[in-house]
Amino acid sequence: MTGDVIKTDAVIIGAGPVALFAIFELGLLDIKAHVIDILDKPGGQCAELYPEKPIYDIPALLVVSGQELTDRLLQQIKPFNPVFHLQQRVDELEARGEDGFALKTDTGTQFETRIVIIAAGGGSFTPKRPPLKRIEEMEGKSVFYSVRRIEDFRDRTIVIAGGGDSALDWALALQGVAKRVTLVHRREEFRAAPDSVNKMRALVDAGEMDFIIGQVMELHGDAGQLTSAGIRGKDGETSRLDCDTLLPFFGLTMKLGPVADWGLNLNENKILVDTEKFETSQQRIFAIGDINSYPGKLKLILSGFHEAALMARQAYHYVYPDARYVLQYTTTSTSLQKKLGVR
Amino acid sequence: MPRITYIEHDGTRHEVEAEAGMTVMEAAVKNSVPGIEAECGGACSCATCHVYVADQWRAATGQPEEMEEDMLDFAFDVRETSRLSCQIKVTDELDGLVVHTPEKQF
Repeated sequence: MTGDVIKTDAVIIGAGPVALFAIFELGLLDIKAHVIDILDKPGGQCAELYPEKPIYDIPALLVVSGQELTDRLLQQIKPFNPVFHLQQRVDELEARGEDGFALKTDTGTQFETRIVIIAAGGGSFTPKRPPLKRIEEMEGKSVFYSVRRIEDFRDRTIVIAGGGDSALDWALALQGVAKRVTLVHRREEFRAAPDSVNKMRALVDAGEMDFIIGQVMELHGDAGQLTSAGIRGKDGETSRLDCDTLLPFFGLTMKLGPVADWGLNLNENKILVDTEKFETSQQRIFAIGDINSYPGKLKLILSGFHEAALMARQAYHYVYPDARYVLQYTTTSTSLQKKLGVR
Repeated sequence: MPRITYIEHDGTRHEVEAEAGMTVMEAAVKNSVPGIEAECGGACSCATCHVYVADQWRAATGQPEEMEEDMLDFAFDVRETSRLSCQIKVTDELDGLVVHTPEKQF
C-alpha cells in the first residue's frame, strides 16, 4: 500500500472518544483530519474493553455505554467526513519545520500533515506476552503473536495457547498445514464462536488435532529455538510436550509504542504538555486525553474533551496562520451551523 | 472496618483497612499495595488484578461468575484459588481476608 501520499491539515493518532471529539472541534475550525488507529473500529478502550459498561460521568448523559458514547460521537462528527485508517500503527514521524510532518504507518500509508494530535489513550493495543522465561529471545523465531502468512507455518509442530476466537481460528486454519497442532487452554469452556469450538472438537475426536487442558508454564530450547513446552495440567503436574512453535493468544494490552521514540518530553510514559494549548515539547504536535500528563491531570473522558477544544484553537493558528481566531457558539453562529449541516 | 491482608510473591505483607462495599482491588489501589495493576480500572476487562485467595477464605469469597471466569483466561498461572480482585466485594464478613498476589500481573 505504498505510493500516494495523503495530504491533510491534521493527523490524529488514536480513535477513542477524545480523538473523535477532537475531530469535531477541529472541524468547526475548518481543519480536516485523518485518523489512524491500531484497532479495527473507532472507539478505543470504550469500544474494545468495555462496550457494554455504563459510564455515569459524561455531562448531561445520566448513563451511557462505551459503545453508545462511541456511536453518538461518530454521529456528531459525521458532517466533517473524517477519514479513518484502521488496523494501522504510526511507526515513523519526521518533522519538516513549518511545513509540518511526514508520517508513515506499519502498512505503508503515508501522510503529509500540518499538525499531529496524539490521542492514543493508554497507548497502542499490542498482544499480551506471557511472563515466561526465554520468551523474548524466541519471539519471531519460535514464538509468534499473529500469523501473517499461513505458509510460514508449514510442517511446524505448533502449540496454540488460549481459549478465545483467535486461538480457535488459528488452530483451525493451521491444522493441515502444520505437522501437528496442539491447543492448550486452561479449562473445558471457550470464549469463542460455538461453531469453531465444535469444529475443533471434531478434529480432536478424529485424531487430527490435540487439545490439552492446561497452561504453558515453561519454554525449553536454545538460541531462540523452541524444542518443548512445559504444560501444567489440571492435576498440577507439569509435563513436557515437544514442539517448535508457540502461538500465545491472551488478548491485548496497551503500550506507548513508537511514540516513545519521537523525542517528546515524557513523564512516566505519558507525554508532557502545557495546559493552555496541550502542545508537547515539539511545536505542532499535541497530546490530549489519557496519554498526556500535566499538573492536576485527571484521566477522565471529560477532561479529554476540554483538552481537545483548547488544542483546536492553537491548531487553527498553525493551519491558518493569517486568520484571527474568533470564539463562536454553535447556538448562534450561522457559519458553524452551516458546517454542521443544520442550517 | 474490615481488614484485608495482601501477601506478595516474596512474602511481603500489606495490611489495609477497607470499607464495606468497595472491592478488594479498590482497597489495594487506594492504599498503594503493589502487585495489583487493575489496568482497566475495575471493569472486569483485563485480568491485571489477579489474586489467589487464601484457602480458609475461599468459601467466604465464593466462586467467580461466568464473565470473571472468562477473563481469568487472560491471566497467567491461574489456579483453583484464582480470582479477579475487582470482582470481590468487601463485606464485614470478610474482615481478616488474606489474598496472595502473583509474581507478575499479565
